[in-house]
Amino acid sequence: MGMLFIILLSPLIGFLFSGIIGKYLPEKITGWISSLSILVSFVLSLQVFQGLSDTNGGPAFEAIGFTFLSVGDIFVDFAIQADRLTSLMMLVITGIGFLIHLYSISYMHGDKGFYKFFAYLNLFVFNMLVLVMGSNFLMLFFGWEGVGLCSYLLIGFWYRNAEYGKAARKAFIMNRIGDLGLLVGLFLVISSCKSLNYSDVFAAAKSGGLSTEMVTAICISFFIGAMGKSAQIPLYTWLPDAMAGPTPVSALIHAATMVTAGVYLVVRCNVLFEMAPAAQQLILWIGLSTSILAALIGLKQNDIKKVLAYSTVSQLGLMFIALGVGAYSAAMFHLITHAFFKALLFLGSGSVIHGMGGEQDIRKMGGLKSYMPVTYYTFLIGTLAISGMPLFSGFFSKDEILATVFTQQPIVWFLAVVSALITGVYMFRVFLVTFMGSFRGTETQKQHLHESPALITVPLIILAILSLVGGLLNLPELFTHDHAQWLKHWLSPVLGNAQDDLHHPSHSTEWMLMGLAVSVFIAAFLYTRNKYISHASVPEEDAEMTGAAKWSAHKFFVDELYDKVFVRSSESLGSTMNKADSGIFAGLMGWVSSGISYMSGLFSKVQNGRIQYYLLYMVIGVILMLVINIFI
Amino acid sequence: MNPDSVFNTLDISHYIYLSSVLFCIGLFGVLTRRNAIVLLMCIELMLNAVNLLFVAFSSYMGDSAGQLFVFFIMVVAAAEAAVGLAIIVMIYRNTRSTDVGLFDKLKG
Repeated sequence: MGMLFIILLSPLIGFLFSGIIGKYLPEKITGWISSLSILVSFVLSLQVFQGLSDTNGGPAFEAIGFTFLSVGDIFVDFAIQADRLTSLMMLVITGIGFLIHLYSISYMHGDKGFYKFFAYLNLFVFNMLVLVMGSNFLMLFFGWEGVGLCSYLLIGFWYRNAEYGKAARKAFIMNRIGDLGLLVGLFLVISSCKSLNYSDVFAAAKSGGLSTEMVTAICISFFIGAMGKSAQIPLYTWLPDAMAGPTPVSALIHAATMVTAGVYLVVRCNVLFEMAPAAQQLILWIGLSTSILAALIGLKQNDIKKVLAYSTVSQLGLMFIALGVGAYSAAMFHLITHAFFKALLFLGSGSVIHGMGGEQDIRKMGGLKSYMPVTYYTFLIGTLAISGMPLFSGFFSKDEILATVFTQQPIVWFLAVVSALITGVYMFRVFLVTFMGSFRGTETQKQHLHESPALITVPLIILAILSLVGGLLNLPELFTHDHAQWLKHWLSPVLGNAQDDLHHPSHSTEWMLMGLAVSVFIAAFLYTRNKYISHASVPEEDAEMTGAAKWSAHKFFVDELYDKVFVRSSESLGSTMNKADSGIFAGLMGWVSSGISYMSGLFSKVQNGRIQYYLLYMVIGVILMLVINIFI
Repeated sequence: MNPDSVFNTLDISHYIYLSSVLFCIGLFGVLTRRNAIVLLMCIELMLNAVNLLFVAFSSYMGDSAGQLFVFFIMVVAAAEAAVGLAIIVMIYRNTRSTDVGLFDKLKG
C-alpha cells in the first residue's frame, strides 16, 4: 500500500528540503513547508485510521519496500504496517507534531539555526513513524536509534552553551545503555525465533515455541530498552537535563512522543509480556517507584520546564504501572491524553518563557494572568487535566489505571494515589506561582511582557480542547453504556485476549474510587491555594532549604550518586589504563622505534655518495656470491 | 708456422693467470685511484683482460664466437671512452679538477 510510504516519506522529504535548501530561503517558507510535510502525513494517517475502522479489526495494512538485511537464512524486510495500535500512534505523532511545527515557526523566529531546527524536527517525525510503523523489530530498532539521534541533536541545539552540549551527551549515553538492552533482546529473539517479524515472533510465542525463561529474558531486555527511552529508574536522569533543548522539542520529543516509545514497545509485545509475569512485576515496581520519586522531586523544582520534565517522568511511571498489571489499553489511553495535556503544558511554558524573554525561574514570574490571558487559560486547562479534575481527559485516563490496579494490587494502588496527590500539588504550585499573585521580575521584563502571537496561541487552544475532551476516547462504563471503552474495543484486535483476565471493580467500588480521586484532587488544590494564594508565599531560595525539602530540591542527589559510582569509577579506570598504556605499551613501542631509527642511522652512513665505495660494495658482494657458490 | 699453434704451445692456464692478474690490477686501480682519467684507463684494462680471456678460450675450444664478443666489447669500450672522456672534460671545466672524491652528491 503506497499510502503508508507517502506517510513515512513526507517528513523525510521535508527534512531533505529544509536541510539542503532551507538555509537559502526565508524562514516563513522553510517553516511552512516543513509543517505541511507533517500535515500531509497527518491527513493520510486519518485516512488509514478511517480504513481500519471499516475493516472491523481485520488485517492491518502492510507494505514491503526491500530486503533490509539478509544473514544466513534470516531475511529482514524494510516493511511497514499500520494496525489499530500503530494508527493511534501515527495520529498522535503527526497531529501533535504538526501543531508543534506551527508553534515553532513563531517560537524559533530569528534563530540562526532556524532551517536546521525544522530539518531535525522533520527527521525526528520520520524516525518516530518508522519506529511505530515498522512491522519487524529491526525497523523498530532503526526508528529507536533515529529518534535517539534527533533527540541528541535537538537537546544540544544551542550547542554554543557548553552545559547544553553536556546535557545532550548525557541523554545520548543514558539512552545507549538502554539501547543495549533492546539490542540484547533482539539477539535473543533472533536466536529463539529465527525471525524478527512481529507476526512470526508472536505466533511462535503463542504456540508455546518459547520457554518461559527465554520470554522473561526477552521481556526484561526490552524493558531495559524502554527504561532508557521512557526515562524510568535508574535511567531517568537524562530527561530533566534534556530541557536544555528549545521548548517545542521538549513538548514533542520529551513529553508527547519519543519518551512514550517504551510504552509502545511493551504494548506491541503484549503477547510476550503476558507470558512473563516476573517481567510484569519488575515493570510494575519500577514504574511505581519512578512515579513517586519523580513526583517528589517535582515538588521543589523552580525551573518551570524542570517541573514539567519530572512530571513527565512521573506520568510515564504511571503508564508503566498500568503495563505492569496488564492494562494495556489503559496505558495507551493515558499515553494519548498525556500527549495532549503535556504538550499543551510545555508549549504553554514555552509561551511564558517567550513572554518573559528567556526567564525560566518561576520565582521571578507571578501575576502573568493579566498579561498573557490565552496562555493562562490554556495552561489552566492543562493543569486541571494532569491533576485529575473530574471530566477532564487526565481524570478518566488516570482513573482507568487506578481502578484496574486496585483490583490487582491494593498496595500499589495506594502508592499510586499518593503519587497522583503529589502530582496535583506540584502542578498547582507551578501554575499558581507563575500566573497568580504579583509580578516579581525586573522592570525591563515587565515592559517586555506580552501575549504570544497567533502561531503560538492557536496550537495552545487546539491542544487545550483536546485535553478537555480527550476523555471521550475511553469513557468508563459508569457514564455511558453504548459508547463506553471505545479505545479498549478499538485495540482489542491488537491486544487479543490479553485484556480478558482483567477484572473491573464493581460499580459501587468504582464510584468510591472516583470519589477518592476527586477528593485527592481537591485536597491538592486546597493545600496549594492556601500556601501560594492565601499566604502568597514564594518558593524559598535553595540555600534556605532544610531536611526533606533540600533532598527534593537536589533531586535526592541521584546525579551526584551516579557521578560518584559510575562516572568517577570509569574515569579512574580510564586514567589507570592510560598510565599503563603510556608506561608499558608506549614505552615498548618507543624502544622498538628508537632501535630502528638507530640502526637506520648506522646504515645510512654506508651511502656516502662516493662512487668508489659503491663499487667496492659491489665487488665484495660479487666475491661473497662466488664464495657462497663454491664452498656452500 | 701456423699462428694458431704458437698460441697453443702455451697451456690455457697461463692465459687465465695473466688475464686474472690484469683484471685485478684494473679493479684495484678503479677502487683506489682518485683521478677520473686513471679510472677510465683502469676500466679499459679490466675490459681488455676479459678480451684476452675470450680470445684464449676461443682458440682453445676452436670456436670463433668468443672472438666476435671481443669485437663487441671493443666497440662498446670505444664508445664508453668517448662518452666518459667527454664527461670528464665537462667536469674539469666546471670544477678545475678530475678528482672523483669531490663528487659525493648521492649521499644517503
